[in-house]
Amino acid sequence: MDFDLNEEQRMLQDTVRKFANDVLRPKAPEIDQSGEFPCDTIKKMAELGLMGIVVPEEFGGAGFDFLSLAVAIEEISKACATTGVIVAVNNSLVAYPILTFGNDEQKKKYLPSLASAEKIGAFALTEPNAGSDPAGMEAIARKEGDYYVLNGAKRFITNAGEAGIFIVFALTDKEKKHKGISAFIVERDFPGFSLGKHEDLMGIRATANCELNFDDCKVPKENLLGEEGQGFKIAMHTLDVSRIDIGAQAVGVAQAAIDEAVRYAKERTQFGKKISEFEFIQGMLAEAATMTDAARLLVYRSAFLKDKGVERFTREAAMAKYFASEAAIYASRIAVQVHGGYGYTKDYLVERLYRDAKIMEIYEGTSEIQKIVIARQLLR
Amino acid sequence: MKIVVCLKRVPDVAEAEVKVKEDGSGIIEDRLTFDINEPDSYALEESLLIKERVGGEVVLLSLGDEKVEEALRMGLAKGADDAVRISDPGFTTLDGLATGFVLARAVEKVGYDLILTGCMATDLGQAVVGPVIARVLNIPYASLVTEIKLEDGKATVTRELEGGLLEMNQVKLPALFTIQTGINEPRYASMLGIKRASKREIKVFNKEDLGISDLKVESEILRFFIPPVTKHAEIIKGPPDEIATRLAQIIKEKGVL
Repeated sequence: MDFDLNEEQRMLQDTVRKFANDVLRPKAPEIDQSGEFPCDTIKKMAELGLMGIVVPEEFGGAGFDFLSLAVAIEEISKACATTGVIVAVNNSLVAYPILTFGNDEQKKKYLPSLASAEKIGAFALTEPNAGSDPAGMEAIARKEGDYYVLNGAKRFITNAGEAGIFIVFALTDKEKKHKGISAFIVERDFPGFSLGKHEDLMGIRATANCELNFDDCKVPKENLLGEEGQGFKIAMHTLDVSRIDIGAQAVGVAQAAIDEAVRYAKERTQFGKKISEFEFIQGMLAEAATMTDAARLLVYRSAFLKDKGVERFTREAAMAKYFASEAAIYASRIAVQVHGGYGYTKDYLVERLYRDAKIMEIYEGTSEIQKIVIARQLLR
Repeated sequence: MKIVVCLKRVPDVAEAEVKVKEDGSGIIEDRLTFDINEPDSYALEESLLIKERVGGEVVLLSLGDEKVEEALRMGLAKGADDAVRISDPGFTTLDGLATGFVLARAVEKVGYDLILTGCMATDLGQAVVGPVIARVLNIPYASLVTEIKLEDGKATVTRELEGGLLEMNQVKLPALFTIQTGINEPRYASMLGIKRASKREIKVFNKEDLGISDLKVESEILRFFIPPVTKHAEIIKGPPDEIATRLAQIIKEKGVL
């Protein structure tokens, strides 16, 4: 048992931390306000290899393991949670399923452009009427000659507004319910594909979150990912991996909140002494720090299992994502509380952290869904 | 062009709260982060830029225990070609003069056309190692360099003086330059660079490798201390707005406004 990162991981952490402090942190308030996708910084991050951290070298990536990806996402999210999820989606929701379920042609065609961010990735599972229940999806793919013809809509799709490569899930056999779902690699310029409403989000505001519409969209049959009917399995397997990274994003936000709260508590004087001397404040900080450390260990453990080649780590990934998002909510809430009235203003970072944290217990499976997943594993 | 860059690993004391050990023998390091000395990272970047312009090779040197290997590997990750750690039980308490002497021997051993160091170390601030290396090797040097142009075995270097004044010099190579911060924008290591560098073996030179037997250390640090707060100093603490209000009040009271 060893709790230390190895030298390669420490160097990655150190470099990402510096980049995040120098480049992402100063830009974060600006993109939070404007909601504008940070194209320039994503380009810089691609040059450093951060958009394809887990993509193997032969496909233009850096070839790191999933623990390294989690460490990088934590550091990025500590400075800017928006950028954290952009990187997470590109790596684990899009590059990863292509790497795992794609054929050689698909890997050669799509992975290098994802790693270089020439084309950013997006993952389209959720629909207006199918969120927690993806098997209730309505999008349909009908096979016609050399094409699948897609019809339907997807909603709340991170990166969509700027993405060039979409993993889209649709029913190829309605009767078979979730076993009738298939996954497709859809390019932005396929005929019949269009972007819908851009969401005006509460937090992680610059993630180009959009609705997608498919109106007789023609997808070449070679863009089927995996086999027909394998879509649900691909989605669930991919979500196991990406939940590690949402956990890492949440740990980053929680840590940022604690850092801010500690700094402010040591500065702020009330009743003639620093508020850090009051036990109520100390209690809040201690609870948040303990939750965040525990969350980090859960995240690291699920990444460790993935890197070890364990086939299913559904329970561990669900625990990591569930607990880390709760830690992010708790830490950002007490950070606002420690700041008092100042924390409720946009002049202080903690206000944004509190808004950013909320999505983490909603997307990629709500906390309630995570608990169901964990309980199912316990009770089976 | 063979460029040798000397790196030092230093604690980051600029933003951190520095505490001194009870006996004054040093600062408490357990909560500090360590990194490549900031001016050295500009020297490293300058060496990489020169290599990209005129070709050649960049070799990194650092004196210290295993911990400096991470700094050397970071330099390799950014694009340096080779790195050597200099370490010996007899090298643990060197002053600036002795450090310069040891590094000069190592520079001689690896070979050089150009030597770059930071203009000073941000921890001890002696600014002596670069000049000593140049003196031992008997080559010209220029300090506080903010621009380097190379042509026909000569370098035209600009030095930054006080009062915003610049001085331009022509220096025959081989030479040593100590680099001022701001001369360039140090790059970040790429992930692929890190991946490759982390597997690299780092060579180690000891006393015997460098043929050093008569190392003299003629100055030593007695103690570190934080100056006591006197009556004349008022440390204003609190949120920026409160600090600003208090400052304005003092300035007004003293009749400046």
